[in-house]
Amino acid sequence: MIEQTERRVISVIVMNEASVLSRIVGLFSGRGYNIESLTVAPIPESKYSRITIVTAGSVRVVEQITKQLHKLIPVLKVYEHADLVETEMALVKIPMSESLGDVGALIHPYNGRILDVGSDTMIVMISDEPMRVNHFLEAIKRFHPKEIVRSGSVALER
Amino acid sequence: MQISGAQMVIEALIAEEVEVVFGYPGGAIMNVYDEIYKQRSFQHILTRHEQAAVHAAEGYAKATGKVGVAMITSGPGFTNGVTGLADAYMDSVPLVVISGQVPMSLIGTDAFQEIDAVGISRPCTKHNYLVTDAAELPRIIKEAFYIARTGRPGPVHVDIPKDVTAQIAKFDYSKEVELETYKPTTKGNARQIKKAIDAIVASKRPLLYLGGGIISSGAADLVREFSKLTQIPAVETLMARGVLRYDDPLLISMLGMHGSYAANMAMSETDLVIGLGARFDDRVTGKLSEFAKNAQIIHVDIDPASVSKLVHANFPIVGDVKNVLEQMIPLAKKQVDPTKFESWHNTIANFNKLHPLSYKEEGDRLKPQWVVERIGQLLGDGANISTDVGQHQMWTAQFYPFTRPRQWISSGGLGTMGFGFPAAMGVKRADMERVSINITGDGSILMNIQELMTAIEYKLPVINVILNNNFLGMVRQWQTLFYDKRHSQTDLSMQPDFVKLAEAFGGVGYRVNTKEEFDAALKDAVEKNVVAIIDVVVNRFENVLPMVPAGGSLFNMMLEYKEK
Repeated sequence: MIEQTERRVISVIVMNEASVLSRIVGLFSGRGYNIESLTVAPIPESKYSRITIVTAGSVRVVEQITKQLHKLIPVLKVYEHADLVETEMALVKIPMSESLGDVGALIHPYNGRILDVGSDTMIVMISDEPMRVNHFLEAIKRFHPKEIVRSGSVALER
Repeated sequence: MQISGAQMVIEALIAEEVEVVFGYPGGAIMNVYDEIYKQRSFQHILTRHEQAAVHAAEGYAKATGKVGVAMITSGPGFTNGVTGLADAYMDSVPLVVISGQVPMSLIGTDAFQEIDAVGISRPCTKHNYLVTDAAELPRIIKEAFYIARTGRPGPVHVDIPKDVTAQIAKFDYSKEVELETYKPTTKGNARQIKKAIDAIVASKRPLLYLGGGIISSGAADLVREFSKLTQIPAVETLMARGVLRYDDPLLISMLGMHGSYAANMAMSETDLVIGLGARFDDRVTGKLSEFAKNAQIIHVDIDPASVSKLVHANFPIVGDVKNVLEQMIPLAKKQVDPTKFESWHNTIANFNKLHPLSYKEEGDRLKPQWVVERIGQLLGDGANISTDVGQHQMWTAQFYPFTRPRQWISSGGLGTMGFGFPAAMGVKRADMERVSINITGDGSILMNIQELMTAIEYKLPVINVILNNNFLGMVRQWQTLFYDKRHSQTDLSMQPDFVKLAEAFGGVGYRVNTKEEFDAALKDAVEKNVVAIIDVVVNRFENVLPMVPAGGSLFNMMLEYKEK
């Protein structure tokens, strides 16, 4: 029986307390699950934080991950197959030898802007669905990017 | 009430009605030990190793169903205790383990006897805490006990820095535990239960698959009632020994790697597995794709993560097995016809006749299985039986006539050699009326032999019966079977004189070669009511059979071993 491995986004609401993140990360490493990206920040005006994890696994594995996450004492909720709106940000450092206008034209459809212009390099940012971030990072190659940083996904149920 | 953190620990233990703490002092936990010195509410038992303290607390918890408590110091004290935490986690034993930690100002500086204790215990506890403020201590200890005993039970570790035990703060233990994020489901879903009963009604060859969760839940009586009224036969996991009486006509036997032929065949032939508090461990299922291939699965468990983890459940029921059975029994009374499983009973009876659990008496040497049976004949219900891990453990599970839950105390999930003796002390402390036997091997017993001193000091007369084959027997068996008899590092021909060893600590030792000697030694040890070692010389090359080789199908058992 070959089980289809799929990209999954899991959203976890946890008590905002010491070592809660290491409980989550430890669970993934200890049980051999994979983390593609992870973001975490407190939920404003609450005692909770939201952790967004992108992972890959079969339906069964993801079901097991969800249950194991639930088992952790400080975990309040786990959203898995929920209908999620997802977005990710990327920063790219590009040499100033490239045309500012051409770069500006490329980042525009990805909700981008130029954040910083220095003497040797400029830094641009874009923010879009993770798949479109992939496309952008493919397209930006022609401008010889020196450094790329991705934020990891954040997601919210519809 | 304004008191110190150390006093709070004592007050909290008293409030939890703790009657015994197993532990070992050290620098970081000294403030708490100073308060232990001043109190008379509970007993402290000084083990001779921190690992033994945690195992003893486990034995006590397994025998009583209460939360076991162990106390250890920071650094090496804590790391020695980790095996016990991991063992308790695997077998769902309710424990609260309190450890000292270096003062908060020194945390992270590689201080003397500092180790990131909560970092280490995180994957082998149900939950853990690092206490950073004495004001938090009452809430944390109360939560620790609550989490340990509710839901699927397990160990909770509380790490307390030394300065926190000295801090003065307000102690109020009256607040109810309120955990927004932890609410175990205990009642089964009524619709699922109804469907499960319908499946039982439709089934021709149902089989109860009983696990240790039944014992944790206190549901053995209900299981007995359910099986009797439905006449559904049952197999037990290693952890479930004693749920049904050994002579219950509906009990087939233990299943799994060393299960009986009939139990494993019944599991392979059943059309409906009714799993109660069992977790489909690999030592039970063998090759998953061949496991209970013809069956639908009802799976009752309090831990949602156990349901459909390894074997897909057609009827998943998350809940406390006791509550679920209370819901199931009235429905089963109305709907299930207990007479309709007769041909299924006959099939199982034939399996039993074909290859009953047995052994051959041959040669001069005692057979280890005989020793186990004999203890059963002589002591039966009057003994609580702990074991270490290995061949002796499997023979005990196969051949001891268990009559009640909590009579059988063994390390199942983690398989911890050295568990048996300290656990048997905890069992004795919990049940002074019955004889506490530790059936062990010549390998295992040496892994916590120092506890002879503890047992003698605290008058906990554990009788250790060593099935001595001068081998690490189970590994030797695998080497014989799967490694072409290359007995790498398993020959224990070099041994201490166990009789003198027992005597050196102030106990009694017996060396036994014959049946008569064994009877005399056991009777004498029971009569004298002292800590004893009965060193029984048994056949060196006896194998535990039947055996399902690791990863093999349950119905493909090795039933006998023939010398090639």
